[in-house]
Amino acid sequence: MYGLGLFKGLAVTLKNAVTPGRMFTTHQYPNRRISVFELAKASSTNVISYAAKNPAKAVRSAIGLEWVPDRWPQHPRFRGEEFTWYEQRCTGCASCAKYCPLGIIRIVTDPSGRFVQEGEKYAIEVFDIDIGRCMFCGLCVEACPYDALHMGSGFEEGRYTRSGLVIDVNRLRTQPKRPSNWFRPQLEAKDYNPHSGKEATYVDVGRHEKPSEQKQEVKWAKRL
Amino acid sequence: MSFRNLYDIADRFLPESLDWMAYLVAGGILAFVVINAMVMSTAAYTLFERRLIGRFQSRLGPNRWGPFGMFQPFADIIKLILKEDIAPTVADKIVFTISPVVFLVPVLVAVSVLPLGDGSFLGTLNVALVFIIAVTGMHIIGVFMAGWASRNKYALFGAMRGVAMLVSYEVPMAMSLVAVVLLSGTMSTLGIVQGQHLPYILVMPLGFFVFFTATLAEMSRAPFDMIEAESELGSGYNTEYSGMKFALFQLAEFMAPLANGAIVTVLFLGGTKGPIISGPWWFVLKVVAFAFVIVWTRSTWPRLRVDQIMTFSWKGLFPLSMINLALVTVEYFVLQDAVGALTLGDQAIMALINIPVTFVAIYVIGNLSGQKRDRTVPVPSPLARMAAEAD
Repeated sequence: MYGLGLFKGLAVTLKNAVTPGRMFTTHQYPNRRISVFELAKASSTNVISYAAKNPAKAVRSAIGLEWVPDRWPQHPRFRGEEFTWYEQRCTGCASCAKYCPLGIIRIVTDPSGRFVQEGEKYAIEVFDIDIGRCMFCGLCVEACPYDALHMGSGFEEGRYTRSGLVIDVNRLRTQPKRPSNWFRPQLEAKDYNPHSGKEATYVDVGRHEKPSEQKQEVKWAKRL
Repeated sequence: MSFRNLYDIADRFLPESLDWMAYLVAGGILAFVVINAMVMSTAAYTLFERRLIGRFQSRLGPNRWGPFGMFQPFADIIKLILKEDIAPTVADKIVFTISPVVFLVPVLVAVSVLPLGDGSFLGTLNVALVFIIAVTGMHIIGVFMAGWASRNKYALFGAMRGVAMLVSYEVPMAMSLVAVVLLSGTMSTLGIVQGQHLPYILVMPLGFFVFFTATLAEMSRAPFDMIEAESELGSGYNTEYSGMKFALFQLAEFMAPLANGAIVTVLFLGGTKGPIISGPWWFVLKVVAFAFVIVWTRSTWPRLRVDQIMTFSWKGLFPLSMINLALVTVEYFVLQDAVGALTLGDQAIMALINIPVTFVAIYVIGNLSGQKRDRTVPVPSPLARMAAEAD
């Protein structure tokens, strides 16, 4: 019948409004309102004794003023905002800067290092990533031949200025290293989860062991 | 509290020579009361609407600021007031400035004649219905002024759409109101409420359907929000507005459902009549029910195209309102007593006849003038035939 679809639609939305299970598809990041029942359950008592013990908190939670932090971890393969970089693995080849479609990675190297990795090592002076313009395509991570650059795992990078969104080399060196598993099958093979709180060392993130300096010298000597 | 009472009180305190001042004082107090009551209830209504539309769409709505998001309207108001008030350099400044006021005032004026209890704010007006129709139609002038003064083509599009829509929908609206006046035999809102032994929504559902739809269109609420179609016009007539002026537009827009809910309650839902609880509570309950339904439709139905809106008015609602008027007229002249009044029994007989007729009429009109589901078969291109012949 003509116009029946309109009323079917009304039925759908009314069902959304009154069915309890359908109400809360919203995830209340970063805080979630906690009910008095949940509070009592958390302190392993019943509601009445909980309310007798700390009445102020019970009243506050009953009128919806009690909040608990509620942040769900992202998937281990989530492409986060703070890039994770391992200086021990980086040779300063600047592949990441060349592959970046937006040209937001800036690298300045100093040819003073020795061949630590397989190839000559440059000392990194500047390594800026402007994540304010980044679209998180991950081509820099794909391009890195030595698994030195990884996507991060966090996403709370709100800043008041654009300049605050530039990740410089000092921050890359000092920040906790929780690389995303994205494009890094070796991390997935080791069941590494960046949201577990564990940091990954430069040994964990590589596809192969770092050859010793002696071994490298032998190799270079043979080639020569 | 009505204008008459306030005038009497002011007259008692003022000396004889300052008699004219009593009008001024009474009017000022009345305006203060009406504006504040409406603004506060509108603030409550915005929260109601946003929370409810969230529920309909399986989300939560504003809930961060205060318990259950109760302070959200105040946060909105503060934000809007603090924003910079920008006018385009090429805008017609005077018209640009007064158009929000022209948009807001008719709603407030319409509210002042509604019978919230035994009488309205302005006392009993014997031509209240004509007054309401005339005044509520005026807000579109504010829309057109805003669209014209903005010197923005999208704003002008929105305003022109609004004017065209209002002109189309006033006709079926007035036609359904004629039926109401015919049944109750009076134009005063109090008389209409007293004439409803049964609510007119049961006595003439067709008239209610037409009036309700036309009301949605006149408020330019979804699914008739062509005036400020966000996805097409960039919020239409109020594109260029910001700050306090935009706040006035928003205020009037959210006040319109309340005012129109009150009008619909008086005309079709029996006003303050109802068992058990007292009259004003029934009135509020009915207005909230109306608001619930319009939020429901807003959260469900997509916006109509311009041509669909015009088609719906002239090919759908207009014939339906004619059918309603003819039906009610015939029934009234058959059932009326010597003084032209209808009893509860008469109205029950009318309801029994009119409810089935409503469904049949909507079905027939829908299938006669509605858009057919089956499309025309596309004519094959001559080039395709040439290719087939070449083989």
